[in-house]
Amino acid sequence: MILDGKIPSGPLHEKWDKRLSEMKLVNPANKRKHRIIVIGTGLAGASAAASLGELGYTVDVFCFQDSPRRAHSISAQGGINAAKNYPNDGDSIERLFYDTIKGGDFRSREANVYRLAQLSANIIDQCVAQGVPFARDYAGYLTTRSFGGAQVSRTFYARGQTGQQLLLGAYGALSRQIRAGTVTLHPRTEMLDLVVIDGHAKGITVRDLVTGRIGSHAADAVCLCSGGYTNVFFLTTNSIMSGVTATYRAYKKGAYFANPCFTQIHPTCIPVTGEHQAKLTLMSESLRNDGRVWVPKIKGDKRPANDIPESERDYYLERKYPAFGNLAARDVTSRATKEVCDEGRGVGPGGRGVYLDLGGAIGRLGENTIRERYGNLFEMYERITDENAYKQPMRIYPAPHYAMGGLWVDYDLQSNLPGLFVLGEANFSDHGANRLGASALMQGLADGYFIIPYTIANYLANIEPGAVAPDAPEFQKSCEEVEAFTKGLFAVKGKKTAHEFHRELGKLMWNNVGMSRSEASLKEALKRIPEIRDEFWKNVTIPGSGRELNQELEKAGRVADFLEFAELLTRDALQRDESCGAHFRVEHQTADGEAMRDDKNFSYVSAWEYKGVDKEPELHKEPLVFEHAHLAVRSYK
Amino acid sequence: MNLTLYVWRQKNSKDKGRLVRYEAKNVSTDMSFLEMLDVVNEGLIVKGEDPIAFDSDCREGICGMCGQVVNGVPHGPRKKTTLCQLHMRHFKDNDTLYIEPFRAKAFPVIKDLIVDRGAFDKIIQSGGYVSVHTGGVPDGNTLLIPKHDADTAMDAAECIGCGACVAACPNGSAMLFTAAKVSHLAALPQGRVEAARRVCAMTEEMLAQGFGNCSNHYECEAVCPKGIKVKFIAKLNREFIKAQMPGNESCTGRG
Repeated sequence: MILDGKIPSGPLHEKWDKRLSEMKLVNPANKRKHRIIVIGTGLAGASAAASLGELGYTVDVFCFQDSPRRAHSISAQGGINAAKNYPNDGDSIERLFYDTIKGGDFRSREANVYRLAQLSANIIDQCVAQGVPFARDYAGYLTTRSFGGAQVSRTFYARGQTGQQLLLGAYGALSRQIRAGTVTLHPRTEMLDLVVIDGHAKGITVRDLVTGRIGSHAADAVCLCSGGYTNVFFLTTNSIMSGVTATYRAYKKGAYFANPCFTQIHPTCIPVTGEHQAKLTLMSESLRNDGRVWVPKIKGDKRPANDIPESERDYYLERKYPAFGNLAARDVTSRATKEVCDEGRGVGPGGRGVYLDLGGAIGRLGENTIRERYGNLFEMYERITDENAYKQPMRIYPAPHYAMGGLWVDYDLQSNLPGLFVLGEANFSDHGANRLGASALMQGLADGYFIIPYTIANYLANIEPGAVAPDAPEFQKSCEEVEAFTKGLFAVKGKKTAHEFHRELGKLMWNNVGMSRSEASLKEALKRIPEIRDEFWKNVTIPGSGRELNQELEKAGRVADFLEFAELLTRDALQRDESCGAHFRVEHQTADGEAMRDDKNFSYVSAWEYKGVDKEPELHKEPLVFEHAHLAVRSYK
Repeated sequence: MNLTLYVWRQKNSKDKGRLVRYEAKNVSTDMSFLEMLDVVNEGLIVKGEDPIAFDSDCREGICGMCGQVVNGVPHGPRKKTTLCQLHMRHFKDNDTLYIEPFRAKAFPVIKDLIVDRGAFDKIIQSGGYVSVHTGGVPDGNTLLIPKHDADTAMDAAECIGCGACVAACPNGSAMLFTAAKVSHLAALPQGRVEAARRVCAMTEEMLAQGFGNCSNHYECEAVCPKGIKVKFIAKLNREFIKAQMPGNESCTGRG
């Protein structure tokens, strides 16, 4: 089937205005009659729930943490892009649009990306009004910094905790609506099923993580804002609880999953230290503003970094990408890093690391300036590695970080199931095959504050509010299915923990479906994943019962979904027989090792339809049409 | 290294709870404290025992979800460090560790080391925000904010809401938490408009949730993983007094 993204006609810069003028509205007096469910309280979920509550809808918001303020958006460090052109350095909506679509290696939807760039400036204004303490200069004006993949300075920041501050702004707005009674908060509650009635999303089934009670909630529309699925790789920068469960279970109920193989490997993370490790920690990309990335020129050079003279260092990013240097896009930087380590020039234990050196900047600007810009990152680095990065360069290595893929949505952020909207990292739409730094925060907030409040009204205006009763048989059936799934997990009574299976799957995915992929590595993964899954269902062990707080049960449920989803991701990677952005197929590279796109055959979105656990999913395509952006070979040279 | 752990085990909110002894063997110094507990738990699960329940999510010191009392100190012995960022290299071989939940009247234990910190959300809901709707706001640069004020706001806004301050306070007070939000918003022109209402509402809610008052022990600052300063409590008190001044909206109720 050819999917229709329902992109408005007309010139690119008029599409969103045109769509806004066509859309139906819901009468203010009728808004409270419409119940909307929001899953997740990260930037997308919190901003959506708050904005919908302000408009007068009846909103139920769910998160599995103890408080909405804990969502993983809080970990974002570096900043948020906006085409404000405050520094007078030539930025514009057009340029932000082009950088983002180019950064995504021309695999995102042009109209969505343009709208994102248009809305970017409003986000900064909204956050300032909320009291987000962005960095200011001595005259009191907002300051910006540069980020990877851009030649202008358009990234707004709040020290090294931009995600935290933006999320606390949205959390404040959400808290205000909870107080006002428009939004009801359900913390420590996990969505385990989507309820679909006559093809429309009409509610969810959840587990109360404290009591273990499984129950359903009916609604007129459901917004999934449940984040990304990168933890399929096990050792990643994502939070421990981040999973694919909400989106995957919606997929199993008929929502299409788009471009699952587009996963971002972030170039600047603290290298792995041992088997016991539960997660990896990111060092913000903003460090690449003032830091220079290098390895020794000679293989196996064991001298301490400070003893290696300038002439014996290879600043490989500056050498390979003179125009962007240390600020080349993430996928490009990650691969270049892997390459020098594969050559045996990596540093640190196991040789899987490179230096990120701020020594020059400290000499030029002074330690105080660097401390002001990145102090918390240096502290974090020291806590983890016991090394002082003011005295010796940091060691970094790429790690899985972000999912560009997600549930398929049209221009209105509505999935193929009417009434199911998908926002933020959980959808696929804006970042193509690679996301530029400081774009995730922008997208989450654009979706929640400025897009969904309009587009959801257009859907709600066409349906009868409260048409489905909470005691409809579909809800009963959904609860029974979830109960049966839980019972099935307990019934295994095996010998291995869910954690062990997750680690095993993660290793396989990292080695075979990670930074570089080949037909052989993918086929091997497709053979191994069902084997691991089978073993899981024969040999996993979960103590306790389902009628209590049981973190092992929660974990096992998430791992069970990863064990199915990993296959979908790998299948997508195999089907996409080209290299683009973060999806690097070794069969398709230029002589100097850069990704080689195949626009003739793969300029489309792959949207997969579920057909059963051991059955092949069906591929649907949405052709990507570029009316405005010139399809160019992406180069950071 | 090897450690002896005494861990608080409590099946649910109604259970009485007790300390249970565990041996943690071959602990790597590169592990974080929570990774050490992960390994202990893996051992328990394989033996068919209930693992130690504890909260954590980001594991990089920013979400505020983790928190336990280690040998009497919330988040353990290292300054300005959450438990997930505390590495085992700061302990010695054969150390004995007592691990307990954050204890306070307003933080009831849910299970083992997990407590209910919903009272913090209630304090924020009472007024810890600027009452602005989405849309219709002016350009961010129309509002000039002296760098010093923006920096002060950020110093206070760094609070991660973990609750260590409450657990460390002999009064179980949430004064540092409340003061951080009050000070963050009071330092900015956007937040000044509602400053008087906010400080009254949030202080009242804090008391209503069962938190105690501040009597200047400064234990909160000592354990705060983000180094939030007690000077913000002084700021809250000043804001509170200002709110009572004639011509200002005065606090209703208790005050």
